[in-house]
This record gives sequence, C-alpha cells and structure tokens, in this order.
Amino acid sequence: MKNKSKRPGRVLQRDISIAFFRSGILGFGGGPSSIPLVHQEVVKKYGWMDEDEFGDTLALANTLPGPINTKMAGYIGYRIAGIWGCLNAIIVSVIPTVLMMILLLGLIQKYKDIPKVQNMSIAVIPVVAVLLGQLTWDFIKKSGESLGWLKALLLIVLSTVLIEVLHIHPAIVILACIVLVFAPLLKRRKKI
Amino acid sequence: MIYWRIFLAFFIPNILGYGGGPASIPLVEHEVVGKYGWMTTQEFSEVVAIGNSLPGPIATKMAGYIGYTEGGILGSFIAMFATIAPTLILMIGMMAILLKYKDSPEVKNLSKFIRPIIAVLLGFMTIQFAQESVIGLGMWSSIILIAASLLLLVKFKVHPAFVILLALIYGAITG
Repeated sequence: MKNKSKRPGRVLQRDISIAFFRSGILGFGGGPSSIPLVHQEVVKKYGWMDEDEFGDTLALANTLPGPINTKMAGYIGYRIAGIWGCLNAIIVSVIPTVLMMILLLGLIQKYKDIPKVQNMSIAVIPVVAVLLGQLTWDFIKKSGESLGWLKALLLIVLSTVLIEVLHIHPAIVILACIVLVFAPLLKRRKKI
Repeated sequence: MIYWRIFLAFFIPNILGYGGGPASIPLVEHEVVGKYGWMTTQEFSEVVAIGNSLPGPIATKMAGYIGYTEGGILGSFIAMFATIAPTLILMIGMMAILLKYKDSPEVKNLSKFIRPIIAVLLGFMTIQFAQESVIGLGMWSSIILIAASLLLLVKFKVHPAFVILLALIYGAITG
C-alpha cells in the first residue's frame, strides 16, 4: 500500500519535507487555500498519487471534521512513507508558521504598553470583523446553495435561538445535528 | 491539569469543526475566551489577525500559539496534537470504511447540515468584533475602517495580510 514512489527511504523523506514545506509556507488564507498547492506537489511534481486518488482523499478529508490541510498532509505522508512520512509532512507544514506566529505576537505583547502599539492592536479588530463577516457570508451562501435556501434559513434561525438565546453549548447543537443526519441510515439498517 | 484543559479546549472545537480550519475558529473562541477566559476578545482578535496574515493552516497556528501562551512549549504541542491527531487518526484508521460510505447521502449531508450552524457562530463572532471595535476606536473610526477594509478585501481583492498591515500603520499613526 505504501511507498508508491520509485525513490527510496531518505530521499523520499526529503522530498516529502520539501513538498509540504512549500505548500504550507505559500498557502496564505488558511488551509483550504493551500489545497491546490498540495495538489501541484503531490500529483504533478512528485506523482505520489494520481488525480483520482487525490480526489478521493480530498473528498474524505472534507467529510471528516477538523483542519483540512493537516489532515491531507498527514494522510498523504502516511500513504507514501508510513508513520514517519506522516509525522514529517505534518511537522513541516505546521511548525514554521507557528514559530513565526509566536515570535510576532510575542513582540506585540512585549511592547503593548506603548500607546501606539496599543492603538495598532485595536485598529486590527475592525479588519478581523470584516474577515469574519466575509467567512460568515461564505458559509451562508454555501449552505443556501447546497441545502436550498428554505432549509438553510430554517437551520440558521434554529441554531441562533439554541446557541444565542438559550445559551446551549455549540458542541451540543452540532452533535444533535450529527445524530439527526445519521438517523435515516440507522433506520434503514434496522429494516434490512 | 492545565494540559488536560488545553487538550480539551482544542479537541472539542476540531472534532466538531466541519468545513476545514476556519469552521473551528468560533468554536475555539468559545472555549478560549468564553469558557476558560485565557484571553480577552481583543487578544483573540490579534491572534486571528496575525494568523490570517501569516501563511499556513489557520487552526494549527492558533492552537500552537494559544497553547504556548497557556502552557509553554509542551502546551503548544498538546494544543497542536489535539487539533491534528484525532481526525487524522480517524482518517487513516477508517480509510476502508470511509471509502465504502463516502457516497452515502448521510455522510455527504453531514457537512451540509453543519454549515449553517458554523455560519451562525461566525456571524455572532463578527458582531462581537464589530462591537469591540466601536468600544475601542469609537463609532466613526470603526465605520471608516470597516468600510475601507470591506472595499479593499471584497471589491479590490487585496490580500488580507496587506489590509491588516495597513490597519496596523493606521493604528500607529493615529495612536
């Protein structure tokens, strides 16, 4: 199942490091934006997977919860070079940017008593609000397109009431939703 | 004890965050700001802003940083582990089963039905940040900055990293 590449051992691990470092460090805008870059490395450059297998992997990763990029990196690394390939791919795609983040925010924290720096961090808030607003609209639009607007709006209103009015933990609302979605599958099972 | 809390704070949002990294942001905020009070909304917004300006996956960047501030290097690793490992293990371990059920309508429906809930969480986070901005900057500055960044991000498709940089410069000049 594993090591489809003609390159053995150490060279393969080095290639994995290069491939996922490149796609991680160039993927601005969160995980999904780096998917085409991962595709470029895995399918086009190194030929570790063909189009179909990559498509399957992407579909599966989309079905499961959690961050998409590390799921892809970890799975592809595992598929081509076992457990070490998996760790390798995850480490190179995650560590460099986390270090940058700790350094940058550490710098802000250090100088945060200077009024100018304080004002800088306040000025960022409205931009983040707009970015989140955009993301919200993305999710609403996609919901409307995939579920139909009536169902999507119904779900939106319902979860607004549950989460914001009744203050039910979002985790419980999401879990309830998962149970409802799978209910028909269980019913079908029982009939058979 | 703190490590266990860090693990939970990132495990829950990511095991429930359908729709990639960004979907888990409001859930992480719920834990980090709402439940454990590790950060204020403003500090969290800095993390989101810097996280958005830097390349790479957003969920793990935030986990790595917040874990680091709460529990040092070990905390950082635990937060990243809780973010990445559970669903990755699920994916590798359940590959055969997943491939079998990939086309079943229920599995396909899952992220479709979770999406509206994530939208609501993101929407309320947007409102919260807008309110925070009015408190910190005042009504007019907030409106100007929100309108300007909307224009730059949506109309002119400027990269978020540049818009955040501009906001930082604006803050430094007016501060």
